[in-house]
Amino acid sequence: MIDHGKLERNSILMVVCILLVVSIGGLVEIAPLFYLESTIEKVKGMRPYTPLELAGRNIYVREGCYNCHSQMVRPLRDEIERYGHYSLAAESMYDHPFQWGSKRTGPDLARVGGKYSDEWHFTHMIDPRSLVPESVMPGYPFLAKTEVAELDMAAHLRANRAVGVPYSDEMIANAESDLLAQLDPDADGLDGLQQRYPGAKARNFDGKSGAPTEMDALIAYLQVIGTMVDFSVYKASDNLR
Amino acid sequence: MGLIALPIGFCAAIGLILAANAQDTAMYVHGLMFFVGSILAGFWVIKSTTGAPKAAAPKTPEGFNDGVVRAGVIASTFWGIVGFLVGVIIASQLAFPVLNFDLPWTNFGRLRPLHTSAVIFAFGGNVLIMTSFYVVQRTSGARLAGNWSPWFVFWGYQMFIVLAASGYLLGVTQSKEYAEPEWYVDIWLTFVWVAYLLVFLATLWKRKEPHIYVANWFFLAFIVTVALLHLVNNLTMPVSFAGSKSYILWSGVQDALVQWWYGHNAVGFFLTAGFLGIMYYFVPKQAQRPVYSYRLSIVHFWSLIFLYIWAGPHHLHYTALPDWAQTLGMTFSIMLWMPSWGGMINGLMTLSGAWDKLRTDPILRLLAVSIAFYGMSTFEGPLMAIKEVNALSHYTDWTIGHVHSGALGWVGLVSFGAIYYLAPRMFNVTRLYSVRMVSWHFWLATIGIVLYAAAMWVSGIMQGLMWRAYDGLGFLQYSFAETVEAMHPFYVIRLIGGLMFLGGALIMAYNVYRTAKGDQRTEQPYAVSNAPQAQVQGAVS
Repeated sequence: MIDHGKLERNSILMVVCILLVVSIGGLVEIAPLFYLESTIEKVKGMRPYTPLELAGRNIYVREGCYNCHSQMVRPLRDEIERYGHYSLAAESMYDHPFQWGSKRTGPDLARVGGKYSDEWHFTHMIDPRSLVPESVMPGYPFLAKTEVAELDMAAHLRANRAVGVPYSDEMIANAESDLLAQLDPDADGLDGLQQRYPGAKARNFDGKSGAPTEMDALIAYLQVIGTMVDFSVYKASDNLR
Repeated sequence: MGLIALPIGFCAAIGLILAANAQDTAMYVHGLMFFVGSILAGFWVIKSTTGAPKAAAPKTPEGFNDGVVRAGVIASTFWGIVGFLVGVIIASQLAFPVLNFDLPWTNFGRLRPLHTSAVIFAFGGNVLIMTSFYVVQRTSGARLAGNWSPWFVFWGYQMFIVLAASGYLLGVTQSKEYAEPEWYVDIWLTFVWVAYLLVFLATLWKRKEPHIYVANWFFLAFIVTVALLHLVNNLTMPVSFAGSKSYILWSGVQDALVQWWYGHNAVGFFLTAGFLGIMYYFVPKQAQRPVYSYRLSIVHFWSLIFLYIWAGPHHLHYTALPDWAQTLGMTFSIMLWMPSWGGMINGLMTLSGAWDKLRTDPILRLLAVSIAFYGMSTFEGPLMAIKEVNALSHYTDWTIGHVHSGALGWVGLVSFGAIYYLAPRMFNVTRLYSVRMVSWHFWLATIGIVLYAAAMWVSGIMQGLMWRAYDGLGFLQYSFAETVEAMHPFYVIRLIGGLMFLGGALIMAYNVYRTAKGDQRTEQPYAVSNAPQAQVQGAVS
């Protein structure tokens, strides 16, 4: 039998044993996720966020939306009927960090993109109870008054590239102009934007004239969540081995 | 003196550089705070070394360093009140959303991390530092290692709390639950934590006892594992060297599991292993009985720390995480029930032969009921980790109820017991200001927890059932908004429970304050049982 007294008399031995014992579970569970097909699969349609969507996503993170909204539809009948197709691992492959959430004080948002109009989102953000009387969501009127700060979006794209998001040199070079182009359907840079980010929707998201606001960015992000994969052509069996 | 001026000056310079080059308001504010904190530390060191001798390091007759433990009693009480108060505020916001005031700094989304971090890290963390520094000295028969380093751990940790908390209000967050502070605050905490480990280990190295006492195994496992979790979960790429924003190394499904490997073990090692260390010292001391079983201590220690690490995936049931990982997480969560109850049995059975003291000693009652809550929530946890149960409970208030029966019931009550035990000893008075008020605190807190947990069970299970309810025609019966409306009464009950818990803590703060002043309330003592030790309850033994 092991003599536990040895450990009790030697603090370093004890620390080493603790480290060994607590390392096993994490290694067995986490390490395979970096090479298993089901967790690193590529699904058609997934692309990195545009600079405007990324700026919106950062606002979503900053305001702590994940505290009340999940972004993960589970493969359960009621959730699929309520929200839409269950979430795929690939749909959050460019999410640093993930936003799956852990609580639904409000509804899941994994398929919210395209579900409501921009105007609905704008009004709802200003005063949620004007549209949903039962809602307990805070209002975010300040987003409509805050300009998307003089963000150095190129630096944000570079940081994302450093952690593995495939932003090209061209995307980084055009980060600032792409952000503005997505807010103006008549912009010259629109073709370039949509070539770099296939399927990116460009319009004046907050419906107001003037400098782009945080509301523009947040709505652009909300409208793209869960829309990149086209489920009318997606076949789950393609990814089985 | 000269040696310590160097790192302090270095910290002050870092703070100034960050503030001067700040890319955003938060970094500017934090750089200045770090600078001011360093300057204050410098003044304090100069004052302590040039003023009256031994001002910085008062000694007990045995030569222990209790100054930092005394500061811990004050800090724990203070941060406890802050954390509970913010909890009451956000509970009110969920019941009455107008209280969000729709301002960036007051909205629920920013206050919720403030609440969780304030109770877990500010209150819980200070209690752990305080008790571990007290226990390691007593059980080793040795003074805390270093003169300045324990103080660096204490004040460095307060700096971490202030940076994290103010950051949340300014919108600085990684959005990883219980790991919200951004990269620069994480780096600072790493330094503080390494110092903590070294002070703890170096004190053990000076011990006069050949064996390391069981409470210290738990403290060691807590310190070492939290360091590991913190480092892996917070690997991140800053956007710029003087900007607060960063992007985490992991993404999507990998990030989800790394986060919940961290998140669940913040519960397992911060809120469980560390507080079991508290149980293993303060329960035998207060009951004046030896630990029930030495062998059970060994078995439950190693099995607890081995099994806990596997349980993270139960936070990700039915998600895009592969099924095998979910099943592993579920299986190990169920197995975890056994070592958890091993710890509960070892704690409760320590009261063998001293059960009568529960009637006359409210401090022991706090400790005993905390262990009962520990047993309750470590039964509920494995239950909720079963996939079929989780399909209903996940994303609902049931989870919130579960967390609070553990956090208020186990962590809260055992911490209060330790604070009441330490207060008279740390302020060198013969007894607490009032033992009757401890009893008041006990009942307020216990009834508050029951209201809280029961309200959340009902609202959680109700909402889970409403989400999946179908009408006779096969359509979903309720819209999401209808489920939100149905929860309002339970949010009000939860608020009342939270207010009672906060009220109890305020009574404790007053009691500790009067105890520190050396006052003694004139009150009817509890009927003394025939056990002779009971006569000196609350007194310094």
